[in-house]
Amino acid sequence: MRRDAPPDLIGARVPRVEDPRLLAGRGAYVDDLQLPGMLQLDILRSPHAHARICELDVSMARALPGVVAVYTGRDLAQFLKPVPSAGGMQGFNAPPHHVLAVDRVRFVGEGVAAVLAQDRYIARDARELINVTYDVLPAVTDPGVALTPQAPVLHDDIGSNRAFELRIGNDTQAALAASERIISGRFINQRVIPGPMETRGAVAHFEPWEGRLTVWLSTQAPHLMKREFARYLDFPEHRLRVVAPDVGGAFGAKNNPYAEELLAAALSLKHGVPLKWIEERSEHMLATSHARAQAVEVHAGVRADGTVQALHYRLTADMGAYYHAITHIGPMMTAALMTGAYRIAHAATDIISVFTNATPTDPYRGFGRAEATYFIERTMDLIARELGLDVLEVRRRNLIRPEEFPCTTPTGHVHESGNFQLCLDRALERFDYEGTRREQARLRAAGRYLGIGIATHAWRAGFPSVPGGKGYVTSGWEKSTVSIDAAGKIRVVIGTSPHGQGVVTTTAQIVAQQFGLLPQDVRVIHGDTDAVAQGNGTMGSRSLVVGGSATLLAAQQVRAKAIRLAAHLLQIDPRQVVLESACFRDAGNSQRGIALTEVAAHAFAGPRDLPDGMEPCLEAAVLFEPANFTTCFGTHVCAVEVDVQTGAAAIRRYIAIDDAGRAINPTLVEGQIHGGLAQGIGQALMEGASYDSAGQPLAASLLDYATPKASDLPHFEVELTETPSTVNPLGARGIGEAGAIGAPPAVVNAVLDALAPLGVRHLDMPLTPQRVWRAIQEARA
Amino acid sequence: MNISLRVNGRPVEAVVEPRLLLVHFLRERLRLTGTHIGCDTSQCGACTVHLDGRAVKSCTVLAVQADGCDITTIEGLAAEGELHPLQAAFQEQHALQCGFCTPGMIMASLELLGRAIVPDDREIRAALEGNRCRCTGYQNIVAAVRTACERS
Amino acid sequence: MIPAAFEYAVPRSLEDAVAVLADCEAGTAAILAGGMSLLPTMKLRLAAPALLVDIGRLRELAGISRASGRLRIGALTTHAELLAAPELAEWRVFAETAGVLGDPQVRNRGTFGGSLAQAHPAADWPAVFLALRGVACLRGSRGERSVRSEDFFTGVLTTAIAEGEILTHVTFPAGDGRSGAAYSKMRQQASGMALAGVAARITLDTAGRIEESTVGVTGIGGAPFRARSIEQRLSGLLPTPSILEESCADVPEADPTNDLHADADYRRQLLRVHATRALTRALERARSAIP
Repeated sequence: MRRDAPPDLIGARVPRVEDPRLLAGRGAYVDDLQLPGMLQLDILRSPHAHARICELDVSMARALPGVVAVYTGRDLAQFLKPVPSAGGMQGFNAPPHHVLAVDRVRFVGEGVAAVLAQDRYIARDARELINVTYDVLPAVTDPGVALTPQAPVLHDDIGSNRAFELRIGNDTQAALAASERIISGRFINQRVIPGPMETRGAVAHFEPWEGRLTVWLSTQAPHLMKREFARYLDFPEHRLRVVAPDVGGAFGAKNNPYAEELLAAALSLKHGVPLKWIEERSEHMLATSHARAQAVEVHAGVRADGTVQALHYRLTADMGAYYHAITHIGPMMTAALMTGAYRIAHAATDIISVFTNATPTDPYRGFGRAEATYFIERTMDLIARELGLDVLEVRRRNLIRPEEFPCTTPTGHVHESGNFQLCLDRALERFDYEGTRREQARLRAAGRYLGIGIATHAWRAGFPSVPGGKGYVTSGWEKSTVSIDAAGKIRVVIGTSPHGQGVVTTTAQIVAQQFGLLPQDVRVIHGDTDAVAQGNGTMGSRSLVVGGSATLLAAQQVRAKAIRLAAHLLQIDPRQVVLESACFRDAGNSQRGIALTEVAAHAFAGPRDLPDGMEPCLEAAVLFEPANFTTCFGTHVCAVEVDVQTGAAAIRRYIAIDDAGRAINPTLVEGQIHGGLAQGIGQALMEGASYDSAGQPLAASLLDYATPKASDLPHFEVELTETPSTVNPLGARGIGEAGAIGAPPAVVNAVLDALAPLGVRHLDMPLTPQRVWRAIQEARA
Repeated sequence: MNISLRVNGRPVEAVVEPRLLLVHFLRERLRLTGTHIGCDTSQCGACTVHLDGRAVKSCTVLAVQADGCDITTIEGLAAEGELHPLQAAFQEQHALQCGFCTPGMIMASLELLGRAIVPDDREIRAALEGNRCRCTGYQNIVAAVRTACERS
Repeated sequence: MIPAAFEYAVPRSLEDAVAVLADCEAGTAAILAGGMSLLPTMKLRLAAPALLVDIGRLRELAGISRASGRLRIGALTTHAELLAAPELAEWRVFAETAGVLGDPQVRNRGTFGGSLAQAHPAADWPAVFLALRGVACLRGSRGERSVRSEDFFTGVLTTAIAEGEILTHVTFPAGDGRSGAAYSKMRQQASGMALAGVAARITLDTAGRIEESTVGVTGIGGAPFRARSIEQRLSGLLPTPSILEESCADVPEADPTNDLHADADYRRQLLRVHATRALTRALERARSAIP
């Protein structure tokens, strides 16, 4: 029974406490930091996709006044190890990835030489003075081609471009053979660039007399970086401090210990001075992780009524030239979630991962799950079309029903709980599915092409620890410490590292709620490994699901202790204490009570003034480890009109119904969905990091790589459902990636629905006007 | 080269190399780091400041071109520690997440305020053509600008 | 992000500017107006002039005026000024073009003359300049001369402006009460520049037939050009929607380029579509111009 009713902060649209300083231009991003005597690091990068370095002459650069040092890959290999990669996974043949290329470059943008100079203008001039002669080698950027025997091989020691092969799932061969019909297709989830507005950057400062190294890093995981940097540099971890200052977006691209960042730290150690490295946008397009880059050949065994009996993927995953931290996890995640929101008895993916002469891939919002969702949701539409059924009917027939949870899929994932029908029903109701179908018919008669696209998505967030894992990102726990000061205000120290998600505000809401305080009575500390003893970081929609749960549990422990202390001071039984608006009252006598401030002050007394066995101070630290991933789900429906003269697709309506489990702050949840939708729509219609046959990137700046602008996007209609998760005490599911996951299939399905009467059956993203127009011409021919 | 200009109402004199970009002058010489750099091709608008009352991309202006001009940066907007109505509307409408594009968004949107007719969403989206955001999907930015325009 | 070092000159008058340029070794100086095209190129070190001659403060090169039946637009007139210029009400094509050019910040600094002088193959103003049959006025150490728009663009990024010359202003015929002009464009999604941009002007005779039309094209490839095949087909016709569309079906003088954003076939299609759309709007405006 609930005896006290704290102000309802859970579910409240509290304005973000993070905002005022950012709005006033008083944020502090890594490039804003200036230290006395700080040098600037600049990297010369390869203009070739694959080449031998014949000559590398840095003498002119070294001679430029203001230049402190110039290093080549060979120089660095004398004292630096290769960059850590592939998470130290056992059985993975990770090719050495040097900080700067040694003798051979394998993608456009790979570092070749490093300049250390007094300021960035001089560093840039010096870069221009480095002479490199390359012997250009044949390059391969298409993963399919890279697997052919004629393809140039990137890593001689491996002998081919196969990175790894893996099968995930149960037996599908017999089930496919027994199916009434097999429907086949090929879908590509193209290579894209996460592209946060702030590029990467680092300031490293080694203080020899302190024996201390501090690295300010634009990262989403300072604690992981601290562990990786310490190991890489052989530097004592307890003397290493990593700070994530304000971080201007990350989206998965900033949880890799990158070569330039490790180099900045190593050179600060070597030179004993602070130094800064800031990536330019044109470098970012080449040197920061790309993402997605998966293709599947699909075979689905179906019944005439649309029931999917068996599903098999042959998945080709493009790793790029080297592994980054968790490059290899992407295709495994795709395979694990290949059945989406559906009950499919037999499913398996055969993964072939490939090295290519392209930028390494790594996470991007929806890592693995956006790909899985795209493949299964495109497959559902394909099945419907081949069988002549409504796309809705095929989905309804296969959706996992609410009573079927927990539901183990053939690929070993356990959907803990959910109500997929709830989101679907609400989306269709709001969209007026039948009415829009009628509108579509009316417009078609008038020569206008409107299409409707649906995606019913289900995936997972908030990963648990990997059993036996000792490498990178194998710990699923998160830690939170809640302490009350003598004035009754609260400090929360969290191990995640928010950078836009609003977790400072939601954390304050969770904690304030426990004590009947206001969010501004709670201060949240994060992102500095000196201030936060232990943590992991922000990724995979885990901040609230895992970190927030740790916070809730810690706050509850402190609350219980405060109640015990209050009871002691009031000389009543703790069960008699009611905590309301930061005041402990006697349930039996409403006149008697004691303020939280008084209890808090008293908590600092000696043990003899406290209840038996109670330690001083109101503080608790909780480490929360989830037992399983949460299941995240929702339905997106959109209407897209295609101008068949130009091929331009315009989204007329976009409805996203996503289940938050528990929305602590609905405004922030909606904001997360908006942002993901923009990225998902960008992938569907605009974005693609493609290469020409020589391995030259075709979209290497924002002049050619199109991320959505305000005028490219519709007004989103976003609504939340709340079906509490069973795997964490908050009931939260993790919502940060829903938009990026649901949008690509919803939009592509809609465009193909619009073009169906013209005979267009297939399109690969991005559905640029040119590509759409071309498909129309080919269908007409 | 000698330049003298006004920045956020205060006179500034400096000796600069002709190639010094205004954004670097503001950020590194004057330590006004609220103006950000998000790209190197004049696309993203994170560096937007006002030059003689008009929004410009300070990454594409030389400091010497600003000689004799009046510059307002994001730091000059919140007078006396109180948020400008546009800044307040950004907070109210949750129009920022990571905050990196925000100063540029605000300086660009400022041109829309104080007009006789409140712009509609389409006009606001068009007015943000020179500013990119990767976090918000723009929806709440549009709402914030509309809110501030309605109040101005 | 960081340009190579250069010398910087701020001439105090047009004459002064011409003199500075005359003193330079050929190919070493660049003229800086708004800088919206030049500075990005220099930041990427695709250009590294030894001397920048900043004419941006020469107010004699700015502003819009009218004299002897012609409109005069100073080279330093910004896109934003053209977007809002009451003097240009008769040619709505100016505001229309300025409104789809770049973005507000670029429009606040970028100049009309700078855009023409740079002659980027996907810039917008060249199409309008051609369609309205403007005349470019140039000033060099040997005095002034005029170049007709049809002779102005000589290739990709090249114009009739000679070494040491400065584009001072452009003149256009004023509206005549029976003409209309319009610009229609497909934006490249990332850069916002024209994948295809067509400016069309139509002058009607008293019977409502097309007395004359001019069609300027940009973005397709090579230098901006006049689509004379369309102009000839339309001459003397009583325009209908289908006539306009048919007149644009094939433009043999186009030599479209292939790139990531549009291959040659697609550019041809965009040319057809946007030529039709520009002509359609130009016709509406010509009709509504008739008192």
